[in-house]
Amino acid sequence: MARIVFVDPKGVSHEVQGAIGATVMDTAVKNGVPGIVAECGGFLSCASCHVYVDDAWIDRVGRPEDADDPTEAEILDDAMAECQPGSRLSCQVVITEELDGLLVRVSPEQF
Amino acid sequence: MPGVVIVGACQAGAQTAVSLRELGYEGTVTLVGAEPSSPYARPPLSKAYLAGAATAESLSLRNASFYEAQRIDLVLGDRVVDVDLDGGCATTDSGRRLPFDRLALTTGARVMRLPVPGADLDGVLYLRDLADADRLAALLPAARSVVVVGGGFIGLEAAAVCRAKGKDVTVVEMLPRLVARAVAPEVSAFYQQAHERRGTRVCLGRTVTEIVGQEGVSGVRLDDGSELPADLVLVGIGVRPRVELAEQMGLELRQGAVVVDQCARTSDPRVVAAGDCTLLPHPLDPGVMVRLESVQNAVDQAKAAAASLLGLEQPYCSVPWFWSDQDDLKLQIAGLSTGYEEVVVRGEPDSERFSALYYRAGRLIAIDCVNRTADYLFVRRLLGAGGTLPADLVSDADVPLKSLVDV
Repeated sequence: MARIVFVDPKGVSHEVQGAIGATVMDTAVKNGVPGIVAECGGFLSCASCHVYVDDAWIDRVGRPEDADDPTEAEILDDAMAECQPGSRLSCQVVITEELDGLLVRVSPEQF
Repeated sequence: MPGVVIVGACQAGAQTAVSLRELGYEGTVTLVGAEPSSPYARPPLSKAYLAGAATAESLSLRNASFYEAQRIDLVLGDRVVDVDLDGGCATTDSGRRLPFDRLALTTGARVMRLPVPGADLDGVLYLRDLADADRLAALLPAARSVVVVGGGFIGLEAAAVCRAKGKDVTVVEMLPRLVARAVAPEVSAFYQQAHERRGTRVCLGRTVTEIVGQEGVSGVRLDDGSELPADLVLVGIGVRPRVELAEQMGLELRQGAVVVDQCARTSDPRVVAAGDCTLLPHPLDPGVMVRLESVQNAVDQAKAAAASLLGLEQPYCSVPWFWSDQDDLKLQIAGLSTGYEEVVVRGEPDSERFSALYYRAGRLIAIDCVNRTADYLFVRRLLGAGGTLPADLVSDADVPLKSLVDV
């Protein structure tokens, strides 16, 4: 398990334990973290699990443009909420032991 | 206070329960389901789960601790078989009595069975719930040839997974084209070619007359007399809403489904319904009644249902959307194309990256996007804002759709 800290759009922190190999989105939804809607269930069909990865973590998490599939970058580019350097779709971030303590902020608009 | 009983522990049922809490409801919430597992996502059953890329654990929608914290009582592996509306009590198969003052029906749908001789042989499978998917996953490794009956999304998704696992796959479709109910002929033709390119045989305009075999399946006989060899037959020929309880309660039914309004209210003020079991007003064109089988519909309708249970009015009017993953083909659909008059193809289908835009009375009503997520996202937002795109300008795939209009 790895500890993941979500800061919701109201500024409230939610600390949850995520299984290694699960996604950050899945962990948020299963534990009811507010603001992670995850409408499509993790199939790169929406931006409703958009998070901002904390600066200290982005190198370990990786960036959307690192992926072979351009879809995540396209979705984020089109997202309602502002795309920032730490923007990721949390359904594409798989939890590893290295991510224990990960800090993400939940984007205010999920589309 | 007796509280709310939600019949059907599925996507719509779970969302109704969660939304009740989000709206501040403090009473008892009981979510009852016939299946043994807590509510889970069904779409991956014919995709990632079948491919081995998802587990039962990962499909589950919420953790047990979440339901506990939200005080949502799960009653699983037990089916509601009787509802006494006036007495405010639902009775389950095992004899449990669950009192309520408001009821939500999220009973979903059941698969249609293949009505031919031999359909009960071992090796004839359906794909609706986790148990079906587990049965299929257990039998698939030993199978060499798979016949998929039904060229709709579920059938094609499963066919793609079986083919990717090296099986000899044939899809048999009764109509003259694939996914005929949901997409234009141009998109059907694309899917046929795309599956054929991957080595799947597609047999159109043919019906199955018999499943052949002694103890297990050995083949599938078609109406032209030919026989396809098969170790497994996977049937995906559609679903029918589960409406027995609604019928028993005397709720208004039409086209075999529970009639609801935009707020998910049935003909009885004590009962709401959401998801696959309903016939509902088109979210963007409420004069037209539709049936929608999708996660998005289950979720958005459940939110409206929860509000109605609390006496609030939150009509469901969001843009319907769907997706289907078949091998590396990612189809995303926004809007409903039913009743379209014109279709414009954007991009080259042979490139496996194109969109089809549907128009009625000169206005854009829907889009199908294959590996063109940017088109999909833009049109979904545009339709939600009531916008359209000029049909004569959208065919140039190099021009971004968002450059054609201000939203």
